Amino acid sequence: MAIEAKEVQAIAHLARIQVDDAAVEGYARDLSGILDFVEQMGAVDTAGVDPMAHPFDATQRLRPDEVTEPNRRDHYQAGAPAVEAGLYLVPRVVE
Amino acid sequence: MHQNTVAEIAAALRAGEVSSRELTEQLLARIEQLDPQINSLITITAEQARNAADAADARLRSGDGGPLTGVPLIHKDIFCTDGVRTTCGSRMLEPFQAPYDATVVQRMAGAGAVMLGKANMDEFAMGSSNESSYFGPVRNPWDLDAVPGGSSGGSAAAVAARLAPAATGTDTGGSIRQPAALSGICGLKPTYGRVSRYGMVAFASSLDQAGPFARTAEDLAILLGAMAGVDGRDSTSVDHVVPDYCEGLNRSIRGLRVGVPAEFFGEGLDTDVRSRVEAALKTLEGEGAELVEINLPNMELALPAYYVIAPAEASSNLARFDGVRYGHRCSEPQSLEDLYKRSRAEGFGDEVKRRILIGTYALSAGYYDAYYRKAQQVRRLVADDFRKALEKVDVLAGPTSPTPAFDIGERADDPVSMYLSDIYTLGVNLAGLPGLSVPAGFSRGRPVGLQLIGGYFDEARLLNVAHKYQQVTDWHKQVPEGFE
Repeated sequence: MAIEAKEVQAIAHLARIQVDDAAVEGYARDLSGILDFVEQMGAVDTAGVDPMAHPFDATQRLRPDEVTEPNRRDHYQAGAPAVEAGLYLVPRVVE
Repeated sequence: MHQNTVAEIAAALRAGEVSSRELTEQLLARIEQLDPQINSLITITAEQARNAADAADARLRSGDGGPLTGVPLIHKDIFCTDGVRTTCGSRMLEPFQAPYDATVVQRMAGAGAVMLGKANMDEFAMGSSNESSYFGPVRNPWDLDAVPGGSSGGSAAAVAARLAPAATGTDTGGSIRQPAALSGICGLKPTYGRVSRYGMVAFASSLDQAGPFARTAEDLAILLGAMAGVDGRDSTSVDHVVPDYCEGLNRSIRGLRVGVPAEFFGEGLDTDVRSRVEAALKTLEGEGAELVEINLPNMELALPAYYVIAPAEASSNLARFDGVRYGHRCSEPQSLEDLYKRSRAEGFGDEVKRRILIGTYALSAGYYDAYYRKAQQVRRLVADDFRKALEKVDVLAGPTSPTPAFDIGERADDPVSMYLSDIYTLGVNLAGLPGLSVPAGFSRGRPVGLQLIGGYFDEARLLNVAHKYQQVTDWHKQVPEGFE
């Protein structure tokens, strides 16, 4: 299945990745190639087969809702690109 | 002692024949001298290693040494290390210092192992050749023009080059077994949930599993014993008893039923690899094993299913790299959206972007059922094939990878040809089974690996079979020229 340039930009927007116009063709070709071989799955009948999300079909384990970690905010924020007063800084969102 | 195994080194340390500090200095000097040829390490942790070695020596002197006390090792740079940067092979995390240790790192340190450095890898573990690393490709010690395999290529190359007796890796579709095979060493991917994923940078969470590299199955047994076990911080780790993996190594394999999947010997298998693997199977037969032809009818669907499931999970996991909390941030973002988009575009390399885009596409409205749901259904068919096969036989055996190591650059322009390197390994991840690769010979000077696949939590049996094989073969004792 061929992916067109316009679709590459739409997918890239969903993934929040800037793709330059010059690179769009290359991605369209690569993604189409990957989808082409993925299409092989279409030939097999999977009606009634339960999707398998986990090797043991396990469900998420729950623990008691208790505080187990101390507050280490400063330590965690030490690697952040921009913080102020314990807050992460980003460009203005609300005018 | 750089040619010695973990077991030999640990014995020498306990006997006081060598100190961990001496050994550590020796290997650090070797790394400095030889690693520039292969680029297997991203970060060398000399100071931490010296301190850890001194602490290990103190423990050894007080008679408190365990099977890994003072033994040097290298961690794949996907494991978070408090105070040492964790790059995951990416520009995104180039200066990143994790605020905690991964459980694997913590357990190895607790056992007294000495970390020498952090190994190069394909960016975010996405690759089969170690060419996608932001820190440059790793070269194969057996042939510097060849790739070492990937994604744990640095770990495998370092152990093959005798820069360390052991290393850790992770395996999502073959990333331990394939580089082990291409680099001529042993590598084990344990059962999904056997080893904690806490602190391991996530790629595809339903497939990722950590495991050890070494030159012998005996060493893998020692290392797995230290790594394995349930962890409250990883809800997918399984509470299953951790046996003494060394105990059964020498058990006879007489009467062992070894399934040989016909699908592992079809089109695309290199003729040299085929003949080396067939010879290895004969060797197992000579040790009393019974070879049984078996079928995994849905095997060829493993690759397409994997290349939907793994990218889908990756696209979700890698959403955390947003340029806000940690990792690379673009300069002068004009808006929040611009910040996200340019930080991610600059921080991620091509293969990572391709996989995020494919995964995003497969999960997007209108395509979910056709791709993701379909792939999960196919995953069950593949897993059922393995389950049925392992009801008839004790282990499965075949090639680890269809070809020996290929040349650097050879497959770089065609993602699908690169993916084919993992056709025999990724079904095992889809099923969640343990798999091991052991050296089984050479083709034109480049190593070939034999893959053994077992039932859930049957790592001890794989180690037993590999150990018996290594008792009567010497492929693992060969040393790459220039690394004697």
